[in-house]
Amino acid sequence: MSRSEAKSSRDAIGQNESLYALPDDRGHFGQFGGKFVAETLMTALAELESEYRRLKEDKSFTAELARDLADYVGRASPLYFAERLSRETGGAAIYLKREDLNHTGAHKINNCIGQALLAKYMGKPRIIAETGAGQHGVAAATVAARFGLECRVYMGSEDIRRQSLNVYRMKLLGAEVVPVTSGSKTLKDALNEAMRDWVTHVDRTHYIIGSVAGPHPYPMLVRDFQSVIGEETRQQFQDMHGGLPDALVACVGGGSNAMGMFYPFLGERSVRLIGVEAAGRGLDSGEHAAPLGRGRVGVLHGNRTYVMGDEDGQIIPTHSISAGLDYPGVGPEHAYLKDLGRAEYVAVDDAQALAAFRRLNLLEGILPALESAHALAYGMQLAAEMERTQTLVINLSGRGDKDIAIIAEIDGISID
Amino acid sequence: MKTHSLSQTFSTLARQDKKALLVYIVAGDPTPSLTVPLMHRLVAAGADAIELGLPFSDPEAEGPVIQLAHERALAHKTSLRDCLQMTASFRQDDPVTPVILMGYLNPIETLGYVAFGEQGAEAGVSGTIIVNLPPEEAGDLGQILEAHGIDNICLLAPTTGDERAKYICRASRGFVYYVSLTGTTGAATLDIDAVAAQLARFRTLSDLPMLVGFGIKDATSARAVSQVADGVIVGSAIVSLMAEHAADPALLIDRVVDFVSRLRNAIDR
Repeated sequence: MSRSEAKSSRDAIGQNESLYALPDDRGHFGQFGGKFVAETLMTALAELESEYRRLKEDKSFTAELARDLADYVGRASPLYFAERLSRETGGAAIYLKREDLNHTGAHKINNCIGQALLAKYMGKPRIIAETGAGQHGVAAATVAARFGLECRVYMGSEDIRRQSLNVYRMKLLGAEVVPVTSGSKTLKDALNEAMRDWVTHVDRTHYIIGSVAGPHPYPMLVRDFQSVIGEETRQQFQDMHGGLPDALVACVGGGSNAMGMFYPFLGERSVRLIGVEAAGRGLDSGEHAAPLGRGRVGVLHGNRTYVMGDEDGQIIPTHSISAGLDYPGVGPEHAYLKDLGRAEYVAVDDAQALAAFRRLNLLEGILPALESAHALAYGMQLAAEMERTQTLVINLSGRGDKDIAIIAEIDGISID
Repeated sequence: MKTHSLSQTFSTLARQDKKALLVYIVAGDPTPSLTVPLMHRLVAAGADAIELGLPFSDPEAEGPVIQLAHERALAHKTSLRDCLQMTASFRQDDPVTPVILMGYLNPIETLGYVAFGEQGAEAGVSGTIIVNLPPEEAGDLGQILEAHGIDNICLLAPTTGDERAKYICRASRGFVYYVSLTGTTGAATLDIDAVAAQLARFRTLSDLPMLVGFGIKDATSARAVSQVADGVIVGSAIVSLMAEHAADPALLIDRVVDFVSRLRNAIDR
């Protein structure tokens, strides 16, 4: 698909009611989702929702979004037939959706561009964001620079230590990076702190949540902004191969890249949708980040979903080699799709993700993010079990430059 | 009517022409063994009701002072069941002072709404304040609590519009908690005139007592707010004193008792 076609196909955002029209008016996906926040934020959430519902039908808004996605982000991102990887895997033909080639190196920018435009149209001069690995923080800082908005990024002090490169990158972009030292000092605590900032400065601030999580309307609007991934994939696959792929595979932390890929295909029952969570050191080790696989229904960060909680209802620490998947909750629409049986959720551990990371480097010359390597690992395993005539699309949600130091450390190599 | 109901407390206060003083502490902070003795001392010092904070790993609406109190309580693994036991233990010696459990939804959801209602009633819980449960989402739990005679208290904020405020006041039981500023607990100081104006707006919507929390730091601000509200809620200022003297429980109790007595005097003056 050419860029001009990508533009013309997006004169409206997030339209797919082929399987269900959710969330409902109260922001629920069945029993999941909702608005579980302090009263101070309820009015801001209602405003955000009504502004979003208005703007997504507004021609000048959607045209500006399409223009930025094409000329600034560099969309459409290619759908790439990984011929050598497919041959070596020995099964289904593997296609990679190259979100790693977007500006700033991941799918996160799709949502940030959309939300920064929302902030601009709502007249909010300041944005805040939370970040784990730093990819969403970098994308938020980037769009803040692009639109001339003040930007503050909350990041756990533990993650700051692990991801110093991205921290510096955000500072170069003019953002203020605030270390969060409470709780486990990671992504979930950064989210808590961002909510506290929002509660305090709600009149002039828009909070750009980085995933399909948080209170309604965030899971809906982030999904809608990310669904450009699935829309393009559908068209590109049709053009390159014809028909529909047999399966889609994407990694799931909060789940925004997966939701964006799955959403335009929900009504196509022949297409298997597979989300891959982080099994960390193994699902039975207790040290993982797989709330869909091993969590329980709970309420965290503004919505009801599957969470990693103990028998007292406390949120428990998670582990994944990939900071972007290291989160104890998951988007409520994934929880709904799991219970509905429309999407399948599996888990891949640190070692399997690392092996896939190395394999894609060697076989295709592509350096994937460790998050995306989880999708790759499962995608390769699944492809091997499928027929050669079948097809599989793996969402390569980001590039792995940010992870080189982690890999080098594992290999015992100092690159400082 | 239960002996420890909020409505009983408020009607007694109204007869005496007094304003309510509610005091917040986090259960298990600094140690679980101190909580019940401290509750009794707070009542003796002049607290009309105790808000007992339920420790949670992700207290997203709290400022740094109360966040740290949650962490200290969780270091002792203080659970919701422990908080219910503390309430029951407090009730053995004090059948009248209301105990309000204040916290976040997930521990209650994990225990189960029905179990929480039953065990809460049995322990002698008077009310609940669930920070991240707006009335839109409170339907099932609200009904269960009502059936068990536990008042689920709803919150109003400066950002709450009239229509919504009407809805919240209808849903609220016991009293209405006005969060006096946009921010987390323990944040900036109050603008009394703004609080008065907001309360005047809300009073046209409901006959429930209107209590004000957030930003009340000392005797002066407690007195000022008590003149425009039906009562005040003091949390961070007390929790901060407790943090300062965590290593010396006897001194901690003395200091907190002294502080609460001064608040009481200022309000009653």
